[in-house]
Amino acid sequence: MAETIPAGSTTDGVIQVGQPTDARVSAPASYDVADFPVPHGREEEWRFTPLERLRGLHDGTAVADGGVKVEVTAPEGVTVETVGRDDARLGKAGKPVDRVAAQAYSSFEKASVVSVPKETVLTEPVRISVHGEGGTAFGHQLVELGAFAEAVVVIDHTGDATLAANVEYVLGDGAKLTVVSIQDWADTAVHTGQHTALVGRDASFKSVVVTFGGDLVRLHPRVVYGAPGGEAELYGLYFTDNGQHQEHRLFIDHDTPHCRSNVAYKGALQGKDAHAVWIGDVLIRAAAEGTETYELNRNLVLTDGARVDSVPNLEIETGEIVGAGHASATGRFEDEQLFYLMARGIPADEARRLVVRGFFAELVQQIGIPDLEERLIAKIEAELEASVG
Amino acid sequence: MATLEIHDLHVSVEAEGGPREILRGVDLTVKQGETHAIMGPNGSGKSTLAYSLAGHPKYTITGGTVTLDGEDVLEMSVDERARAGVFLAMQYPVEVPGVSVSNFLRTSATAIRGEAPKLRTWVKEVKEAMQRLQIDPSFAERNVNEGFSGGEKKRHEILQLELLKPAIAILDETDSGLDVDALRVVSEGVNRVREAGEVGTLLITHYTRILRYIKPDQVHVFAAGRIAESGGPELADKLEAEGYEAYVKGGASE
Repeated sequence: MAETIPAGSTTDGVIQVGQPTDARVSAPASYDVADFPVPHGREEEWRFTPLERLRGLHDGTAVADGGVKVEVTAPEGVTVETVGRDDARLGKAGKPVDRVAAQAYSSFEKASVVSVPKETVLTEPVRISVHGEGGTAFGHQLVELGAFAEAVVVIDHTGDATLAANVEYVLGDGAKLTVVSIQDWADTAVHTGQHTALVGRDASFKSVVVTFGGDLVRLHPRVVYGAPGGEAELYGLYFTDNGQHQEHRLFIDHDTPHCRSNVAYKGALQGKDAHAVWIGDVLIRAAAEGTETYELNRNLVLTDGARVDSVPNLEIETGEIVGAGHASATGRFEDEQLFYLMARGIPADEARRLVVRGFFAELVQQIGIPDLEERLIAKIEAELEASVG
Repeated sequence: MATLEIHDLHVSVEAEGGPREILRGVDLTVKQGETHAIMGPNGSGKSTLAYSLAGHPKYTITGGTVTLDGEDVLEMSVDERARAGVFLAMQYPVEVPGVSVSNFLRTSATAIRGEAPKLRTWVKEVKEAMQRLQIDPSFAERNVNEGFSGGEKKRHEILQLELLKPAIAILDETDSGLDVDALRVVSEGVNRVREAGEVGTLLITHYTRILRYIKPDQVHVFAAGRIAESGGPELADKLEAEGYEAYVKGGASE
């Protein structure tokens, strides 16, 4: 049983000082795919990813044939545009950091731009539906909020696709953006993307990444701060089943003083060859005095045969901070726990449900969008049913 | 009237070098309203009996029968046994992270009673039971057994006993690790359930101390995987004075 949880997947509450973040990647960030060598799988940023399942997104052989439909529904006051590659607003949040993200940036033809004008406070969410119809596609989306604007954006990924798409969030001063990205793909989909947020002065960015589906999902949620006083909360929830590879690679770049970040990702795994990867990199640069950051990753392994790799990295270049910490732990749903609950009359499938629901409950409550919370709970239950039944 | 009948029960566990027999022909009948104390030295198989009755997968039944009112208990899954009325208060209750005590109790009561208890009466019922066992109300929102002290875990077990009202209660060394005050509180909880007259109690203990608070009808001495001697409460006094030495000598092959 012990070999299903690899050593190193449970580091609890210890501050690790890793190598400098830039030294661990095989090439500096760039918009051009040609600046990145084709990965072979031994590179630090690729070592957990089964390259052969990327369908050529990593080596230039993937050919776009459409097949992914993007629809944006936005309340009044929001501007929704489809723009060409040369639109000057694109690419501001940051450069692609790996070859697949650069491939997406080099290959997309049209981008969706959602703009919320300054001081506009939306009462309804903006909904972006990304529906795969079996093809290969490269995409790009930009969500920008003017100063003191407030918005909730829900990006829903469904259907089957091979998709490499980046998303940029640009928050003006004092803006508040909550973005929910749901990967509810069919179990055959492949999805990679870099989600970069540029957080303005005193702005608040809240990201909720929910990954249920896909054969392979590999996302890079990233945060950079444009000015002091910014705040980022990154929540994630994944449910990794039989044969699925779900990888979330976070990076928070504290390069600006007096910014805050809080990361909490939780995942449940079940079934043979279910593989979840969580990388949480936080870099506090010398200039970022007054930083406050915490990151947490928890995994619950429900059955034998699943694997978790959880790697938190915290690098601190200044002592003048408010606080910094991280925690990562991977636990099993133990036979003894199951016995205890069953010995109180609770059937096995319900016992498992009770534990998983409890495991995710606190995180789901952080989302703050009631109908979405209900949908997630229902989806978690459905995932459990599928496996137990 | 609920009756648990154990007949010629043989139980093994997987050990290095093959299965090892721990229970070697246990015969015991526990009727509703009765309290049986099972006493014995460490390693005599007392806890194995408790866990085998509850259906722990670690133990393999190699022979004998267990029935509850004629129903074959050994054929039932762990949760079916609980719903049939078998309750095991565990010596080492496990932590269940993410599941609050209140959620756990309600889910369990719903399973055992066959329907969800009415919310208003249920909240009151739990609150009162917790008060009687001197459990702080904040425990309802804590995760099951997580960070509980030894005494808190035992009180939480007896809280479940009070709420679930089983036909047969097996208390596996509920007294171990308790100080005198906690022992009294826990014993009073067990006695409240016993006084209702609807439970048959199997009280497994290493020490005679708990028998000052919970008076057994019968005392059985367990040695080398079977009942070596049975008698009335006076047998406990004899054990208190003489210890288990007479039973261990030559009896244990371990």
